[in-house]
Amino acid sequence: MKRLPWGWGMSAALPALFLALPAFADDAPPKIDSGDTAWMLTSTALVLLMTIPGLALFYAGMVRKKNILATLMQSFAICAIVTIVWCVAGYSIAFTTGGTYMGDFSRFMLNGIADHIVKGSETQAFVLASGIKDVNDMSTTIPESVYMMFQMTFAIITPALICGAFADRMKFSALCIFMTLWSLIVYSPVAHWVWAPSGWASQMGILDFAGGTVVHINAGVAGLVCALVLGKRVGYGTDNMAPYNLSLAVIGASLLWVGWFGFNAGSAVGANGRAGMAMAVTQIATAAAALGWMFAEWITKGKPSVLGAISGAVAGLVAITPASGFVLPGASIVIGVAAGVICFWSATSLKHMLGYDDSLDTFGVHGIGGIVGALLTGVFSYGPLSATDASPDGSPGGLAQLKLQAIGVCSTLVWSGVMTFVLLMVTKVLVGLKVNEEEEREGLDIVLHGEQIF
Amino acid sequence: MKLIMAIIKPFKLDDAREALTPLGVQGLTVSEVKGFGRQKGQTEIYRGAEYHVSFLPKIKIEVVVTDDLADQVIEAISKAAHTGKIGDGKIFVMDIERAMRIRTGEVDAEAL
Repeated sequence: MKRLPWGWGMSAALPALFLALPAFADDAPPKIDSGDTAWMLTSTALVLLMTIPGLALFYAGMVRKKNILATLMQSFAICAIVTIVWCVAGYSIAFTTGGTYMGDFSRFMLNGIADHIVKGSETQAFVLASGIKDVNDMSTTIPESVYMMFQMTFAIITPALICGAFADRMKFSALCIFMTLWSLIVYSPVAHWVWAPSGWASQMGILDFAGGTVVHINAGVAGLVCALVLGKRVGYGTDNMAPYNLSLAVIGASLLWVGWFGFNAGSAVGANGRAGMAMAVTQIATAAAALGWMFAEWITKGKPSVLGAISGAVAGLVAITPASGFVLPGASIVIGVAAGVICFWSATSLKHMLGYDDSLDTFGVHGIGGIVGALLTGVFSYGPLSATDASPDGSPGGLAQLKLQAIGVCSTLVWSGVMTFVLLMVTKVLVGLKVNEEEEREGLDIVLHGEQIF
Repeated sequence: MKLIMAIIKPFKLDDAREALTPLGVQGLTVSEVKGFGRQKGQTEIYRGAEYHVSFLPKIKIEVVVTDDLADQVIEAISKAAHTGKIGDGKIFVMDIERAMRIRTGEVDAEAL
């Protein structure tokens, strides 16, 4: 605030004067809004619930009995590992100003995150600086610690998604090493490209509200590469690999659905109309996708399965993720149905046609669903939802936006695909990747963790 | 003494048990098993992956009785578990050499 050299007598009149003057918003540090902060604290908890136990149960319910504990352990362990990795360097690489491809290490070990705390409270809200002339900073109304935590939960769930592709066969030591490297080298840079104002994708105007590219395409294609590199499970195609307990999967999928409100509506970084609309379109698209998959299966296979209904719902959640802050309900129905039907095809037909063992359809649902959603965001984006003072028309959908979305999709596919392969090779050299055939037959629970479910 | 082992459809357990009580049968053992005979299994489909499951859930009743009760027990179970459809099950009879009640030490017929 500018200090005016006026005497005490004037101080009573000052407030009235300030009301009449134009806002000094650009000079004053943004204020913290307790409503926005409360919502973001809640969203953070909701998104963490999506991983533990949402995703953990969703995946564990689909594997055979001998691998349930190991599958649950993957999500839980990744939660713990990525938390630390994020604090050490992940957050810094993703969300500091840095350059166009990655941030810098100014927030190494979260250094400086408490700089504005005075007498126990944050005195100013977090601003994501662009560091570039003519590129707007992104200001928020929440403390940096909350922003950092919210983003951490995204960093946690993304590698956890990849586990679906190599279920039943990856060594735990390999998982720990690979996920640590992947989070730093693949996740954080892509998050920076898309969500930091200084990132190249953000500057180009590529739209991704809550993580279609950063989370789902990223994890999806990494999953595909893992499935191809690790190879098929022993007995694939001949052994009975039916899910041991689909009721766990239903519980997991339900936690994902509800938690996703934190994922999408929370990405508005505020308790406002945009969050409300994001929540609405998330619900609508998910419902449409669940029905889409359900009816597609009912018609083609004769029975609508529970696994199909929950998979359809997850496909819808994935597809609406990049679009959630940009589209209206009508578009969300289209996105949902498209995701439900296309992912039904990719998880049931494409996978068997091409012959890869993406065990729990990480690529089939998250990869393909993310691509569908990211592209349709470019088609259906409603300008006013993304309009700001600096950009009054927002980013409306159309051919130009669709091209930008395609660039975002392709770059993520390439970076994630190539780097995942490299990191898998590094991990292979260090500890190996896959358990041996006998261990696979016996089951990961007993072999990797010395425990079993009866 | 005879061991009568009956493999029946799970929902017929209560009927079989009720048919045995009036005969004076005082105890029996029940296990949940899987099996198949002429009844075919079923095909389950999970996200496009088909698995043919040949084993169907059944209940196995094992009851040991004195020789004179054996025929009545077989008759009672067979009537109670019958539906007329494939998969009703089978009854097997074995000789039992000895028996003992653990609490009291009674042997053979007194143990039953």
